Amino acid sequence: MSQVSITRKISTHESTGVTLLLIGVALAYLLVFLGMPLIVVFTQALSKGWGLYWKALQEPDAWSAIKLTFLVAAIAVPANLVFGIAAAWAIAKFEFKGKSLLITLIDLPFAISPVVSGLVYVLLFGAQGWFGPWLQAHDIKLIFAVPGIVLATIFVTFPFIARELIPLMQAQGKEEEEAAVSLGASGWQTFWRVTLPNIKWGLLYGVILCNTRAMGEFGAVSVVSGHIRGMTNTMPLHVEILYNEYNFVAAFSVASLLALLALVTLVMKSLVEWQAKRSGEPLHHGA
Amino acid sequence: MSQFRALSVLPGFNLALGFTLLYLSLIVLIPLSALFVKSATLGLGGFWHVVTGDRVLASLRVTFFTSFVAAVINAFFGLIVAWVLVRYTFPGKRIVDALVDLPFALPTAVAGITLATLYAPNGWLGQYFAAHDIKVAYTPLGIVVVLTFIGLPFVVRTVQPVLADVEAEVEEAAASLGAGRLDVFRRVIFPAIYPALLTGFALAFARAIGEYGSVIFIAGNMPYISEIAPLLIVAKLEQYDYAGATTIAVAMLLISFVLLLSINALQWWSSRRGNR
Repeated sequence: MSQVSITRKISTHESTGVTLLLIGVALAYLLVFLGMPLIVVFTQALSKGWGLYWKALQEPDAWSAIKLTFLVAAIAVPANLVFGIAAAWAIAKFEFKGKSLLITLIDLPFAISPVVSGLVYVLLFGAQGWFGPWLQAHDIKLIFAVPGIVLATIFVTFPFIARELIPLMQAQGKEEEEAAVSLGASGWQTFWRVTLPNIKWGLLYGVILCNTRAMGEFGAVSVVSGHIRGMTNTMPLHVEILYNEYNFVAAFSVASLLALLALVTLVMKSLVEWQAKRSGEPLHHGA
Repeated sequence: MSQFRALSVLPGFNLALGFTLLYLSLIVLIPLSALFVKSATLGLGGFWHVVTGDRVLASLRVTFFTSFVAAVINAFFGLIVAWVLVRYTFPGKRIVDALVDLPFALPTAVAGITLATLYAPNGWLGQYFAAHDIKVAYTPLGIVVVLTFIGLPFVVRTVQPVLADVEAEVEEAAASLGAGRLDVFRRVIFPAIYPALLTGFALAFARAIGEYGSVIFIAGNMPYISEIAPLLIVAKLEQYDYAGATTIAVAMLLISFVLLLSINALQWWSSRRGNR
């Protein structure tokens, strides 16, 4: 009997040597591709000391880039949040024709190059775009201005919250809401008191992912921004300008803020995953 | 209306669906249709002329080739990382697991300047390559490096849950019937995770094709050698050649679409073969 259990143990596990080799390969791969870049950001930013680091961050153009980045995220994330909730409510709580087509269309922005996401708005609102002449006649500037940056950011972060909420709300069904409504609750009451508590972790998860991408987006924003220093530069665009001016310390100083944001995102994401697991609310993982 | 949707006691369907369709149309569908309308103005002949231009063809080749290589690297190492994270325990595992998502969280521009610095001839890693006369940064090899970074989480995150679901009993049964460890992996585990692996590969590949922000810093952007298609779109836009930019964009979309369709077909075919 003991012999049987020993053979079983041996044959469903790798030998210690293979185990160590695999762990070693995996860790080496992650160290080279993830760990070292992360270390480089901070060592480069601080390579000339804390004094220059702070000075780079206090520079007016850097400040306006930081403010613009937060402004854009503060518009794009709530917009996509409202959309995500509406889409998930319609898709998860009702049966209608063309539902799977709708879900596919919502995912569409993920399949499109960020550059193309910016390009489509230039085609619509640019000087030679469809609405370009009309906008010029009314003295409205969307492209090479803040509204274009907001639009492009909304486009690239469009699916994040919806694709988090749809599978979650579908899995939860609609019995609880139906019970609330049949007991006399209004639609809004049902949403606030029944649905929202059930989806809060998934919602937060989607918001975190959406916000990170909104603050870090480069390609789409780059196409519509016009790169006007102090005006239409977000943090990632400002990093590019500084880097191309060979001002590496300043470039990596601003980049280090974005890297910090990424690290905070990873920590919050893990916390939310842990909380969701504890409360039995399944999260939809994926990018 | 009753034919279009099933009856429900819950309120808010019209408002929710109406807003969803309006927002989707304004933000995504109408702008995207502008892309196809614009490229149609060139006509099929004009489209073909732009797409088969030497520089455009070269950029498409660079984009798809480097993306493919990066996705293959990620499929191989991503499988090992997923395996290690699911099957083994070691100190710091939770931190390593969380760190895998870094490429999703780190802005692409930051990834670009960081990897360019790391792999430059005088960089921490680049110096070792330079000692062997290998240039990484400012060559297609550098593009492969950043695209590997960008696509790293996809394979790990698609394979991980499937691997965790492979039942120990099946492995034990195979082992008790005399199968060696490698046989068990090849005959039992790999067929179970193969569809997920292919999905992860496709996601990493698709993401790499569209990537712009990180690549431009490390590529060197030499026409015909290390210039990617998204960069050429930006270059055409800066020359106000909207039609040219649009045409490359549509060509990219079409090629990725065909590639993803064939990967889906491959997946369907292999799952049918597996069930026989």
